[in-house]
Amino acid sequence: MNRLLVENVSRHFGGVQALEDVSFIVEPGTIHGLIGPNGAGKTTLINILSGLLSPSSGRMNYRNHDLHRLAAHQVAAIGIARTFQNIRLFPHMSCLENVQAGQHVTSRRSLLPRLFHLPSARREDRDLCERAMAMLARVGLDDKVSYQSRNLSYGERRRLEIARALSLNPSLLLLDEPVAGMRQGEAMVVADLLRSLCREGMTILLIEHNMSFVMSLCSRITVLDFGRVLTTGTPAEVRACREVIEAYLGTTGEPHA
Amino acid sequence: MDLLLQQLINGLFIGSVYGLFAVGYTLVFGVLDMLNLAHAAIFTLGGLIALWLVETAGVSLWLAFPMACVAAGLLGLLLNQVAFAPLRKRSDSQFSGLISSIAMAIIFEAAALGLFGARSVRFPVGTVPTHTWQIAGITITLLQVGIVCVAASLMVILTLFIGRTRTGKAIRAVGENERAATLLGINVNGIIAFTFFVSSALGGAAGILFGLYFNNLTPDMGRSIELKGLAVIILGGMGSIPGAILGGLAFGLSEVLTVAITGTSNLRDAVAFAVLFAILLIRPSGLLGRGKTREA
Amino acid sequence: MEHLLQFYAIYGSVINFIGINALLALSLNVTLSAGMLSLGNAAFAAVGGYTAGILSLRFGFPYVASLAGGTCAAGLVGLVIGLPVLRLKGVFLAMATLAFGEVVRLAAVNLDVTGGAEGLTGIPNVTTTWMIYLVLAAAAYFIAMLRRSRLGWGLVSMREDETAASSLGIPVTYYKAVAFVIGAMLAGLAGGMYAHLNYLITPRDYGFFIAVDLLIYNIVGGTNIWYGPILGAALLTALPEVLRGAGVTAGPIRMGINGLILLLVILFLPNGLASLFARRRSSAVKAGA
Ligand SMILES: Nc1ncnc2c1ncn2[C@@H]1O[C@H](COP(=O)(O)OP(=O)(O)OP(=O)(O)O)[C@@H](O)[C@H]1O
Ligand SMILES: [Mg+2]
Repeated sequence: MNRLLVENVSRHFGGVQALEDVSFIVEPGTIHGLIGPNGAGKTTLINILSGLLSPSSGRMNYRNHDLHRLAAHQVAAIGIARTFQNIRLFPHMSCLENVQAGQHVTSRRSLLPRLFHLPSARREDRDLCERAMAMLARVGLDDKVSYQSRNLSYGERRRLEIARALSLNPSLLLLDEPVAGMRQGEAMVVADLLRSLCREGMTILLIEHNMSFVMSLCSRITVLDFGRVLTTGTPAEVRACREVIEAYLGTTGEPHA
Repeated sequence: MDLLLQQLINGLFIGSVYGLFAVGYTLVFGVLDMLNLAHAAIFTLGGLIALWLVETAGVSLWLAFPMACVAAGLLGLLLNQVAFAPLRKRSDSQFSGLISSIAMAIIFEAAALGLFGARSVRFPVGTVPTHTWQIAGITITLLQVGIVCVAASLMVILTLFIGRTRTGKAIRAVGENERAATLLGINVNGIIAFTFFVSSALGGAAGILFGLYFNNLTPDMGRSIELKGLAVIILGGMGSIPGAILGGLAFGLSEVLTVAITGTSNLRDAVAFAVLFAILLIRPSGLLGRGKTREA
Repeated sequence: MEHLLQFYAIYGSVINFIGINALLALSLNVTLSAGMLSLGNAAFAAVGGYTAGILSLRFGFPYVASLAGGTCAAGLVGLVIGLPVLRLKGVFLAMATLAFGEVVRLAAVNLDVTGGAEGLTGIPNVTTTWMIYLVLAAAAYFIAMLRRSRLGWGLVSMREDETAASSLGIPVTYYKAVAFVIGAMLAGLAGGMYAHLNYLITPRDYGFFIAVDLLIYNIVGGTNIWYGPILGAALLTALPEVLRGAGVTAGPIRMGINGLILLLVILFLPNGLASLFARRRSSAVKAGA
């Protein structure tokens, strides 16, 4: 089964119920949106999916792996990559090195051939470097290859984090607000990138507050509010859903466009 | 039985010196989250300065004690200015602060060595009264009582100061959250400098009491207490003042008990460090620690 | 040639100590480069040194075998200590390894097999200068290549951000344990060679302040590249001799200069003296600024 299955997932922090009985399905090869007001539990859900947090109860399945049994590095190894809402790049590495660090599960980099300077090691290093460069080009950072990541602009850092996640060669990509703080033009570039990734067969779960971005990209959207699923459906269905409108108007007011 | 009681009382005396040393140690950690490894060097210099005042300048001990404490406090200000303040904005400040405090410890120890020489020195005879009491077969000297009283009153004053006064509250606020403290209008840099002054003055006081107790001062006497002080503040919970006091007493008592039980002093420190190791594994936040967790 | 021999006759022991210290500093570098602050490496050197000494004194092991025994014993102790300790972070890890180091040192003081406070005497004097430098070169090469391996990339990533590293598929706990054991084994090897260099080892050779010295070598030289710790160890081990040559005989001044160098490096050269040579990185920073 290539679908991502989330079944009755709950999680509380002390007395705070961050997620309650969350269930939905992400179909393979689609872009699935995850929206909801601040504090709805979106990031918590991504942290649970990626193995950084464990659920209090419930189960998740992807490609016959029970995600709730896996540690973060095992989740990455079965082809699930993620980005972070509060950008977690490696600050003292260059852009290229950041992406190369992301090649951990897609490379061998064995020690022995390196100790003996075998040509195979050199070939692999060259190959990995080329792939990393291509990835940087894909997110439009090919002119910043040797910049330290902490010297990039905010939007550039978000794009670099996407490039690093892509170098895991994931089949499922979890993005936590990938265009937050980006200018409109930059966000359009990211939208185009996500569309082309989707065409290549990648599945994407996307958290985003920017409504026009979500509505134009996603084929299906799940709405969370106070840790519960309000509804899952197509953008048109979600827009028409009365509870969704109430949730947004009732808590945070107009969702920012 | 009497011997054991005598040992326990001795443990109380030395434990109160450990506690006083550790209180200053933990105070800086509580505010800055940085380990100040130069604390032991200031401890040494405090003792040596007091000795110099008594021996060479002919000041009476009653005057020399506060003067040396102030001098130690000033060294603390210097330490903050040179080794900690420039690093505070750095992302690896916890680590680099540790290193720069080691550097200052070396420089201070070199200064002690250069100024006072490598030999061990003692307070001149008659600096302190040598009255002793015999109570139920136990010997207590006036000096010991004085040490406990001074150490205890300094610790009580500090606890009240931190708990009750405006400045004390500001110190705690900076320790909780530096940015929030700034927003509340607290002069964070001033508070940190002041904390260093207080911490170092207490360290210096501990050095003087230590020197009086063993009547023996050397430029590297801080080295033996450095590790014990670390053990004590971990035992009590990093940043916790009551924890440091109790930890100091517990450490002093455990030392003498180990000696009393095993009959030799060889295992004294080994037991203490084994306990420390175990505590770190079982309860890293210490016995009275805040248990602050930093979520990813 | 004659001058060279004369030089060696005078400074041979300093040259040997530089090599041993550099090897020890490299052993610490393995864990430091992964962001783990361990103060236990002097203790691992003690385990290696005492094991090697005992194996050759009591059991007549030949040199290479006793070194191998010391290395493995240190690695084994590293594994046993590492598994529980590595959950701790930052200064707490430092404190736990420090406590472990003190326990090892005090065990050496109190046990009979280790010869107590007087130490172990009569260890065959086999280690020579070229052996030390051969091992040092091999270790440096190993560490340089390790950095380019999967493990090496993982370790550096973990230092930068453990959470992000684990989300990239890096098994953080496992790698920490591996790094800890590699560091322990290198330290054990250095300790064994030292034992066979010196005829006599005592618990004092492996105390807390030795562990701090290893840290200082790394900081002064720089932790980011393989020659950093070697540079730091060489500079600071040779410094007393250089100062003596320059006519500075007072101990306090030498000590003060040591402290001053460390202070200046940590304040103004956070990546150590090696960063003065690493042009590539600094030019990248400039380009980004
Ligand atoms: N580590 C944690 N400890 C305690 N409470 C937490 C923790 N992480 C999240 N929470 C709480 O869980 C709830 C959901 O938080 P979460 O970050 O998942 O929201 P979100 O939907 O991502 O919000 P935003 O749109 O602001 O990013 C919030 O009430 C938050 O305070
Ligand atoms: Mg969020």
